[in-house]
Amino acid sequence: MDPMIRLILAQGMLGLNNGVFYAMLSLGLAVIFGLLNVVNFAHGALYMLGAFLALILYSYAGAWVGLDALHIGFWPALILAPLLVACFGMLIERFMLRRLYKLDPIYSLLLTFGVTLVLQGLFINFFNASGTPYPGMPESLRGVVNLGFMMFPKYRLFVIIFSIIVCFAVWYMIERTRIGSRLRAGTENPELVKAFGINVPLMVMLTFGFGTGLAGLAGVLAAPIYSVSPLMGANLIIVIFAVVVIGGMGSIAGAVLTGFALGLVEGITKVFYAPAANTVIFLLMVIVLLVRPNGLFGRQS
Amino acid sequence: MSTTTLTKPMLKIENLHAWYGESHVLHGINLELAEGQLITLLGRNGAGRSTTLRSIMGMVDRRTGSIAINGEEFITKPAHRITPDGRIGFCPEERGIFASLTVEENLMLPPAVGADGMSIEELFEMFPNLANVRKRMGTRLSGGEQQMLAIARILRTGARLLLLDEITEGLAPVIVKTLGRVIRDLKSRGYTIVLVEQNFRFAAPLADRHYVIEHGEVIDTIESADVESSMDRLNHYLSV
Repeated sequence: MDPMIRLILAQGMLGLNNGVFYAMLSLGLAVIFGLLNVVNFAHGALYMLGAFLALILYSYAGAWVGLDALHIGFWPALILAPLLVACFGMLIERFMLRRLYKLDPIYSLLLTFGVTLVLQGLFINFFNASGTPYPGMPESLRGVVNLGFMMFPKYRLFVIIFSIIVCFAVWYMIERTRIGSRLRAGTENPELVKAFGINVPLMVMLTFGFGTGLAGLAGVLAAPIYSVSPLMGANLIIVIFAVVVIGGMGSIAGAVLTGFALGLVEGITKVFYAPAANTVIFLLMVIVLLVRPNGLFGRQS
Repeated sequence: MSTTTLTKPMLKIENLHAWYGESHVLHGINLELAEGQLITLLGRNGAGRSTTLRSIMGMVDRRTGSIAINGEEFITKPAHRITPDGRIGFCPEERGIFASLTVEENLMLPPAVGADGMSIEELFEMFPNLANVRKRMGTRLSGGEQQMLAIARILRTGARLLLLDEITEGLAPVIVKTLGRVIRDLKSRGYTIVLVEQNFRFAAPLADRHYVIEHGEVIDTIESADVESSMDRLNHYLSV
């Protein structure tokens, strides 16, 4: 195989691997924004929380209950951590965000920004600010797979496939099922949905929990790849917001596709001009804002 | 209409006041209707007819007074309990068809409130036009199709008390005629109906009683038997 093509494919795979996280996080943001009209700035911090919960479950939880040999591993964490993050999200919605719906959306953005700072501060206080490796990667996902053009870590391949399945499942649920049609209706006209006898405040709380749970899930998936650090979400959320601006708020499929595509773009840029890889997304954001201010998949209003 | 049914009304509203923010819109509405009856709320735009329906639905900022459905007080109920507990079907003035949902999804959206709702097949029989567009998005329907969908949607839930707001507004005469047939059919099936209507010629032959609303109050009540002798009064109320 031509080495150039091989290099593009290899960087493309690594880019896709980042794209997975862009897609899962912007998906959660889009779900939340759609129904609540809230820009959840805390999304990055909740992703960080998910990763830390995985780490805590493996390295600390056992010792806390007096069972030093107990390590709650990756697979249970993949279920438990997102659920815990979702519960935390629902508490934020129920006791904080709910009071702000009648105000300008900037207030909920500021509130979630505050939540971000508190969470980051807490974890910096108790954990190593520069990051802790997650030791719980399951044995079955260690090692590499030969993709023909590169040796690719098995775990990363798992993350890509798993995330594509999750994104598709969420898209399907929202666009094709009864629950999803209620969510979409609630996005359009919550007052009428309430008048039909649907408990909209409950639906809003569960949706926020679901969106934040997705961030937690992404955090668990990220833990074995990146080191678990209190600022891992802060670094990512800036890129995620660029992804959301490019994709356009409010479209589920748009958020997912843009996330994957921008990961690829970033990876492939590395082949041609590596220093631009970190900026290319923001460059695209500027262009999209100038040409299509509502984003590639955004609704024109 | 026998007086025995009137002594035990299905819907009885007493001294209903309602507010949007600071503005006081209803100033003590009183009305009642028995099971199987159809009443209309007549009046000029902005008189408070739609607000009366929206108050029953809990869609105003504040409401006081009494709204009793089958003897149960509804004034303090949270909005999402009103439809299921009262077995109400509400058809809002702007029709409320969800643009991002297909016809079928719109139809299936409201949860059932009783066991004896119409089946999809029955509804498509009643509104054949809808059967042909069942996969179409809500935005891409004509006004008449939207109105039929808005009515069909609440008939599926098993609602027994229908609150219909301006269902003939802006529709072609042939569709208005179809809707008249539908309402007559529903009445013969025993539904209890409150009709907010601008089109008196549409409403007159259907109603048991007319309430004339002005400035958020009922200023006159006219039984259907007295319509003919009250035409002068009615014309006066409804003229712009």
